[in-house]
Amino acid sequence: MAMDLKEIEKHIKEALPDAKVEIQDLAGDGNHFSATVTSSKFSGKSKIEQHKMVYNSLKGKMGNELHALAIKTKE
Amino acid sequence: MDQQTKDLISNEISNNEVCLFMKGTPDAPQCGFSMAISNMLKILEVDYKGVNVLENQSLREGVKEFSDWPTIPQLYIKKEFVGGCDIVKEMYENGELKKILENKEIKFKK
Repeated sequence: MAMDLKEIEKHIKEALPDAKVEIQDLAGDGNHFSATVTSSKFSGKSKIEQHKMVYNSLKGKMGNELHALAIKTKE
Repeated sequence: MDQQTKDLISNEISNNEVCLFMKGTPDAPQCGFSMAISNMLKILEVDYKGVNVLENQSLREGVKEFSDWPTIPQLYIKKEFVGGCDIVKEMYENGELKKILENKEIKFKK
């Protein structure tokens, strides 16, 4: 099952309310996305922790409904 | 995750200084993200072990739990989880990957 862009954005913003989220549907198939997430919550955290925060916001959808989400995090 | 799978993962990352859990093999990657990391390591001439998770369903799921990371590929250097495709790509581009290889005394093309 595919996810839509707005749904991904909503999940991320629920977990990181101050986040600026830019999402692109890379292939136009609802399956391959890229997200650039900017949040003050990333400050002082390693890249692995930052990406985990984004993955966690998607509540297990990553790797399941959501096949591919390229993530870039910025403080 | 069963003990056998856990031991398998532990053994791979203990026995191989640079270990990439990937879909497919270094010679025939089955996914673009796995191919991307594989290619970066090849360009840097790093000697690494590619572990094909597609050959073993319990490994494929187990490694996600082991690393607490939901996607594959996953790169380990000297038993430390370095990241998935996005992070490794970013580190490759900004030079951090070379720094890690250097700090961990892994041979690569400078």
